Amino acid sequence: MKELSLNILDIAMNSVKAKAENILIKLVETDETLTLTIRDDGCGMSEETVNNVMNPFYTTRTTRSVGLGVPLLKLAAEQTGGKITIESVSEEINSEKHGTTVTAEFFKNHLDFTPLGDVVSTVTTLIQGAPDTEWKFEHILKGGTVELDTKELREILGDVPLDNYEVIKWIEGYLKEGYASIQ
Amino acid sequence: MKSLAELAAIREKMKDKVVLREGSGETRVVVGMATCGIAAGARPVLNAFVECVSKEGLAEKVTVSQTGCIGVCQYEPVVEIFEAGKEKVTYIKMTPEKAAEVVEKHLKGGNVIQEYTISNAIS
Repeated sequence: MKELSLNILDIAMNSVKAKAENILIKLVETDETLTLTIRDDGCGMSEETVNNVMNPFYTTRTTRSVGLGVPLLKLAAEQTGGKITIESVSEEINSEKHGTTVTAEFFKNHLDFTPLGDVVSTVTTLIQGAPDTEWKFEHILKGGTVELDTKELREILGDVPLDNYEVIKWIEGYLKEGYASIQ
Repeated sequence: MKSLAELAAIREKMKDKVVLREGSGETRVVVGMATCGIAAGARPVLNAFVECVSKEGLAEKVTVSQTGCIGVCQYEPVVEIFEAGKEKVTYIKMTPEKAAEVVEKHLKGGNVIQEYTISNAIS
């Protein structure tokens, strides 16, 4: 993927597929590192599946026999000297508290660090595609934090769905302003 | 400056609308957004459809949604158009520019752009 924001889009889609009600996307940056966390409360995976997902030839799809999403994120992290970890609790094991957390660490100063790219576009695309999911976005940078919680938006919007064009444009503008104010 | 007051204003505006969910389902634009699609550039294609559908005033009739792997990864970005009473149209190797054309000529004008379809590629 040309930007990490595209890997984020890809992995967060897995959380949607896992029927998550809440999905958190968190980015924490220091001068040297970027830590990405994608956490959901979806159906989760068994220990066996967690071990399998790193394998590019493992997938639950029926249309193709490769599943490249996680392996591509793993590659992106490892080529900078970083790593990826996946923790998951399947709803069959724990019906109250289940879900998956994907954590990837990157060393930003490495030559092979894929730029983060257009994170705002990833967030709006995710909300447009899964407007009934509760999304929480947090990007913690040295100069400040950019964050969004769809729960707060719903309190004001009432029944208006989050994939309403004007709402999506508002979210886009709000996040862009957040980043501009940190620069 | 984006304010929460603007969101409240959107809600006020929508209060009079009986159908809050845009799109009656008459026409569905479905953009492939699996790993293959994302890697091939589906995100800007989706954005282009969302923008153009809104700008052309088609939001009431047309819903834009995302789907997983369609199975023709080599042709991504792929966009399927479902229109009530018509055969599905599959556009392949889409770009934001082609998306704008599809909205203009196909969704608004009613003419399928044959050169961009999968049947044109595999025939």
